[in-house]
Amino acid sequence: MSELLEHLQANLQQVTGYIYPNEIELHWSLLIVIYPYVTGLVAGAFILASLVEVFKVKEVASTYRLALLTALAFLIAAPLPLLAHLGHPERSFQIFLTPHLRSAMAMFGFVYMWYLMLVLLMEIWFEYRADLVRWSNERRGVMKLVYWALSLGSRDLSEKAVRFDRKAVYAITLVGIPSAFLLHGYVGFIFGSIKANPWWSSVLMPIVFLFSAIVSGIALVLLLHYVTTMFRRVKPDMACFNKLASFLMYALIIDLSLETLDFIHRMYESEESIEILAQLVVTKLFISLTIVQLLLGTIVPIVLLAIGRFSRIPEEVKRVVFFIAALLVQVGIFSTRWNVVIGGQLFSKSLRGLTVFKMQLGGIEGLFMGIALLILPFVLLWILIKILPPWDQQEAS
Amino acid sequence: MRLWKIPDQVIRLAVLIVIALAVLIVVRLRFIPDSFGEIGHYRTDALKEQAALTLHYAGMQACIECHDDIGEMKAASYHRNLSCEGCHGPAFKHVDDPGEFSPAVAAGRIMCVRCHGYLASRPTGFPQIIEAIHNPVEPCTACHDPHDPTPPEVPEDCSACHAEIARTKAVSHHWSLSCETCHEASPEHRQSPRSFLPKKPTERAFCGQCHGNGSSSRESAPQIDLNEHGGRYLCWQCHYPHHPEGR
Amino acid sequence: MSKDLKRREFLARFIQLPCAAMVFGAVGTGDNKAAAEGPYRAEDHLYAMGIQVDRCIGCGLCAEACKNENNVLKEPYFFRTWIERYSIMMDGEAEVDSPRGGIGGFPPLEEGSEVMRSFFVPKLCNQCDKPPCVQVCPVGATFKTEDGVILVDESYCIGCRYCVQACPYGARYIDPRTLTADKCTFCYQRITKGLLPACVEVCPTQTRVFGELGTRSSPLHRMKRQSSIQVLKPAMNTEPKVLYSDLDGEVR
Repeated sequence: MSELLEHLQANLQQVTGYIYPNEIELHWSLLIVIYPYVTGLVAGAFILASLVEVFKVKEVASTYRLALLTALAFLIAAPLPLLAHLGHPERSFQIFLTPHLRSAMAMFGFVYMWYLMLVLLMEIWFEYRADLVRWSNERRGVMKLVYWALSLGSRDLSEKAVRFDRKAVYAITLVGIPSAFLLHGYVGFIFGSIKANPWWSSVLMPIVFLFSAIVSGIALVLLLHYVTTMFRRVKPDMACFNKLASFLMYALIIDLSLETLDFIHRMYESEESIEILAQLVVTKLFISLTIVQLLLGTIVPIVLLAIGRFSRIPEEVKRVVFFIAALLVQVGIFSTRWNVVIGGQLFSKSLRGLTVFKMQLGGIEGLFMGIALLILPFVLLWILIKILPPWDQQEAS
Repeated sequence: MRLWKIPDQVIRLAVLIVIALAVLIVVRLRFIPDSFGEIGHYRTDALKEQAALTLHYAGMQACIECHDDIGEMKAASYHRNLSCEGCHGPAFKHVDDPGEFSPAVAAGRIMCVRCHGYLASRPTGFPQIIEAIHNPVEPCTACHDPHDPTPPEVPEDCSACHAEIARTKAVSHHWSLSCETCHEASPEHRQSPRSFLPKKPTERAFCGQCHGNGSSSRESAPQIDLNEHGGRYLCWQCHYPHHPEGR
Repeated sequence: MSKDLKRREFLARFIQLPCAAMVFGAVGTGDNKAAAEGPYRAEDHLYAMGIQVDRCIGCGLCAEACKNENNVLKEPYFFRTWIERYSIMMDGEAEVDSPRGGIGGFPPLEEGSEVMRSFFVPKLCNQCDKPPCVQVCPVGATFKTEDGVILVDESYCIGCRYCVQACPYGARYIDPRTLTADKCTFCYQRITKGLLPACVEVCPTQTRVFGELGTRSSPLHRMKRQSSIQVLKPAMNTEPKVLYSDLDGEVR
């Protein structure tokens, strides 16, 4: 506690203007930045996978299973930052015991469970079921048991059963697209519905969150596809890269348009809060919003992707350009989450002053914890890929 | 032969889901706190817990139950609305066990100055002193009894209460005018300020005594034609009498 | 002396009995309804507070008494109630300060500052009738009681801090000792015994007026009858039960 008090005292020194005395402590910090970032990746990756399944986009079919596993790995990790930031994580189960139906946050448990259990896990299960049966037949020892358990003891490899799996996957995907929209639109709603906070309170918030989620998800799958292609030493599938890059570019343009609309709308309406928000944007958020989110995270990637798509440069260079663009997009989207979560707490609800956010290195809300939570889903993904290899099928076919 | 057969894999999944749901429901029934949801979406026992928290302030009623002499004295004084524990601090323990715990006694000047030190933001009419020039160093209780703080002499100077106006006027062109020049205050105003309000000028002609053309005032006072200047407005609607040259 | 002691002993017991407290209740809030009845019944009350801004002298006794009564941490980052000083300058700009929440009083205004008007405004939880903090609480750990007070169930709060974000008035904080949300309760332990909230008890100028809505014989009702009443941030549509008279438009 003494650490917190010291921290607050240091913050107090840097307050400009007037803030309510209880506002010196910033309540949502790095972990809550990571949470919407990670769920965004889940929704984005899943929506990409769904495009493949529902609209039969052949070029990116090879990323379908990878995208599903990515979504799963990040979804498993998504509640961890939330849990870690709670004052009493041991009481978190109360959200399921006595959910307050009018609370957006209480719905998290249900949206999450719906998405994880009924959509993602079921889709993956039907997608992999035949393989699981086959692997449990082929393998020996522990893995045989693991695959047997994962297949829930199912043995049926008949053509009829496999055909049913395909149908089930298709049906779940149809349900899954709105579910993915719900998952991340809902995260935006958590912020967008706080009328006390003019930086958050906006009907566009869920939509902006959703499209930035799609952007980050596509970029992540592109990055993973690049890296896995490299490590597996297979011939890069240029059509797939091109298609992913196009999707990414279009999604980015929509995202940018929405953000611009939000910006213009705020400027034009020019409500009571506009002065303090303007101050916030040109001072505390200048680097993370204007430079990182807008310039490096959106405009530069759009230009790079356009160059990659429409100019005649060698394929190897092209892939590197896509890779860099996707990497910048990740930084940009992380920055977007930062600007929403942290930015929304840097000004006082008295609209008369600004405060500061100082990141701690250690501790539960610290930088190292944040990095660990961002690495974790990749470890999970690696494990998932080991257990459920997403490539065998294509190489066989 | 059945027309439609549920596929094997669906049955297996369904069993899993049913088990999971059953566990969830059982856990839910088992762990919801007893008093939850009796009245609203909360634990009713939480109300009892809040209501049972320890008190620290006994309330004035409890103090004067024993200290009735002081209570009576105070009730007739300017400090009649003050709670004992405002100055003496929380005293519930004292009420509980007067022998063991004694409330604080405010000494020196700090406690009094918290309310009566001059601050421009305080409402006008609230008695305020400028600590540095009001009998410096002397403890307030040397002259004032906190339970009946009527000053040893009834304030001669209006600034004792109207410090902000006095300060403003002191740097204005009206610095040399006494308050009584414009305000007629009955002696009772000094005892019960809100019940006996001082009078204020009501007509333009009042200001005209000095500022009207041809009036017999000092030459330094600017003079105007009362008929032309200002039209239908009263003088103090534009000029603040305590600082008339203010923009 | 012996008579005196007996009386004190009697009083010591007297104040601890809930039914005796009801007699106080008649004195404390000017409400006679419950006086004759038995144990405290929340549904018989609807509490509210009035703040007469033109009376506040910024002494800070209320904020201090609040911390004493409710065991609030003394550090200046945790307040159930605090006092703000507004100074509207000649150019119309408003400057606000609240050093240590007003506890210990305020320093003089800066010498030579061109102040047009200046005043103090006490702040606290507005005990909204439509509380955004209750709306967002995922588990039902903060709630509106039948007597209109918004409380936090310390043993049920999960510490997600969503309520802190949702409060438009900055009235909530996280107590670092329990890592749960905390806020003004109108001194629930006091008002249920018919006593005044600590801040109202010590307020020397009757800036703070405590009472019940729907009761005609109370200082609160008089204030509502005689003054123009405003609430903080009416656009938020939270319907506060802390009512301000003579509130300046700059206050938010």
